Amino acid sequence: MFRLLRTTTFRVALLYLCLFLGSVGVILGVVYRSTAGFVEGQLHEAISEDVGELREQFDRRGLPGLIDAVRARSAAPHTNSIYLVMAPGGVPLAGNLSGWPNGAPDAQGWLHFAVADTGGPSGGPATAQAVTFALPGGLRLLVGRDMSELDSVRRQIVSSLGWIFAVTAALGIAGGVLLSRSVLHRIEAINRTTRRIIDGDLSGRVARSGNGDEIDRLAGNLNAMLDRIEGLMAGLRQVTENIAHDLRTPLTRLRSRIELTLLRDDEDREAYRAALQDALGEADRLLSIFTALLSIAQVESRTQRDGFRPVDLAEVVETAADLYEPLAEEKGLTFTTEIRERPVVDGNAQLLAQAVANLLDNAVKYTPAGGRVVLTVEGNRVTVADSGPGIPPEMREAVLRRFVRLDAARATPGNGLGLSLVEAVARLHRAHLELDDNRPGLKASIVLPTAA
Amino acid sequence: MEPMKVLVIEDDRTAAAYLAKGLKEAGHVVDIANDGREGLFLAGSEHYDVMIVDRMLPGRDGLSLVELLRAAGNDTPALFLSALGSVEDRVKGLRSGGDDYLTKPFAFSELLARIEVLARRRSAAQPQTRLTVGDLEMDLLARTVKRAGKEIELLPREFALLEYLMRNAGSVVTRTMMLENVWDYHFDPQTNVIDVHIARLRQKIDKDFPTPLIHTVRGAGYSLRAVG
Repeated sequence: MFRLLRTTTFRVALLYLCLFLGSVGVILGVVYRSTAGFVEGQLHEAISEDVGELREQFDRRGLPGLIDAVRARSAAPHTNSIYLVMAPGGVPLAGNLSGWPNGAPDAQGWLHFAVADTGGPSGGPATAQAVTFALPGGLRLLVGRDMSELDSVRRQIVSSLGWIFAVTAALGIAGGVLLSRSVLHRIEAINRTTRRIIDGDLSGRVARSGNGDEIDRLAGNLNAMLDRIEGLMAGLRQVTENIAHDLRTPLTRLRSRIELTLLRDDEDREAYRAALQDALGEADRLLSIFTALLSIAQVESRTQRDGFRPVDLAEVVETAADLYEPLAEEKGLTFTTEIRERPVVDGNAQLLAQAVANLLDNAVKYTPAGGRVVLTVEGNRVTVADSGPGIPPEMREAVLRRFVRLDAARATPGNGLGLSLVEAVARLHRAHLELDDNRPGLKASIVLPTAA
Repeated sequence: MEPMKVLVIEDDRTAAAYLAKGLKEAGHVVDIANDGREGLFLAGSEHYDVMIVDRMLPGRDGLSLVELLRAAGNDTPALFLSALGSVEDRVKGLRSGGDDYLTKPFAFSELLARIEVLARRRSAAQPQTRLTVGDLEMDLLARTVKRAGKEIELLPREFALLEYLMRNAGSVVTRTMMLENVWDYHFDPQTNVIDVHIARLRQKIDKDFPTPLIHTVRGAGYSLRAVG
């Protein structure tokens, strides 16, 4: 229960409850004033009418007429009217009140007093209100009403308003508790899942209610984040395994080459030279893998726009085309460059150049003689299309991962890191790397966002 | 190439000893400093043709060492060696007054080619509008090339490549140096793309003439020189 009191939901519910009760209080106050005030106003009106009639009697028939009228009215059964005609010297002449009440009239001329019993409906002690008049000859007239009826109406109104208020408060508190408990319950479920994930079970996911509210969206976002983390972890694991495998192979070759050379008995200088040459080549290959891995890691760890400048995309493409064209022609490929636009993008020219060079490198490497390579700049899109073997659709995502090579490519030199770097550079530039079917061949495009 | 006097400022003693051994075998004279203070002292008190400076040194780091030397009017060409290989690191190194930048690990032949070019560039004369190597002539203003008086048609990039080779005639120029200086590529493409460019240039420069000017230097790169 104390935990419930500390929750935000409950506090918010409580605050709303206070505001709600405040407004209910104001409404009930208005209701009270208008109902009780209405009843009181009606009584006052009735008294005024009485006074008018008695005054008419007095005007027409003098004192005897007034006394008759008062007597007749006082004698009426179950009346709640109070009358008294008083002679000078304190002698009551007519009426149903035993003596002139004490006290002075209020600002509106109303005299408030207590009566023991008027034979009225309440029968017990009650309050009364009256107006008094001085008549010629020292006579005094009092016309009033027993107010016990009004009092009971007031008591009833107050008691019902009290009930309404109490029920509202009770419902509000109960609602607040229920509301915060249900929210709390769902948040607690999220907490349980996250704790399980912290303990190492990355497969756990937050259950979703599916109603699309804030908590459901929070759960959805948490799940998406967990998917990403799980993907990254899997990627990391895969990279570690790949590094272990892809570096172990050349390292093993290097080691056995050196070991076998040392096992030789003869002192053949040429053989030693050849062995060292091989070892150097193997070491260079290892270093190039390291360099490529490091470049990818450096690109991935960069913060967006770090060192970005306006880059003429067409110039980047032209330089790369210029560098690769002779190689392509040497291989018997038709090499075409189509610069349709000269877009300027925000970026790192060296990294973009490296990405384009890697795509060209792949196209030239994998396209057989007689084929064609087309390099295009159109809009913010750089496309390298070739007529090579292409990449089957189901492998297009996989080849972006480090060290992943198609089985058919294993015979060609390469380290399986080229497209990973292109992908990393594209990501850094908020660009997309799209791999499509060129029917036949591969169409690889880097689609850059428009410069701000 | 006549012998150079080289200052190696490198705190890794084994690496420094390897460098010194290689440079001596190439016919150069080498002094070694194992920290920044010693390097600063040697660079300030003796004349060197070139210095090789590790970027991270105890005592005083390589960047501020070269900065200090430049501020004192010392313009000995400096090549930075560094394990930091990003483009930004290179820019920082070159901005502090370094003349070239090489990322560890490197091939010794690459280092040798680069410092020889640096030392030669320093001794080079005034800015020229004509370059001449043997019977090969390049007019930088008219952008024409002639060999033995016969005009040779070159594509713009072939012209730039030949210009770079001619400016560094007699020195070994590595593939990486060509990529950096002719294509402004500060990374190594996966495939060796330079050799095809050289082959094409040879077709135009050397094919129809009795003596070749472009020579392949095994394990290092190429060199443009007139034999004799």
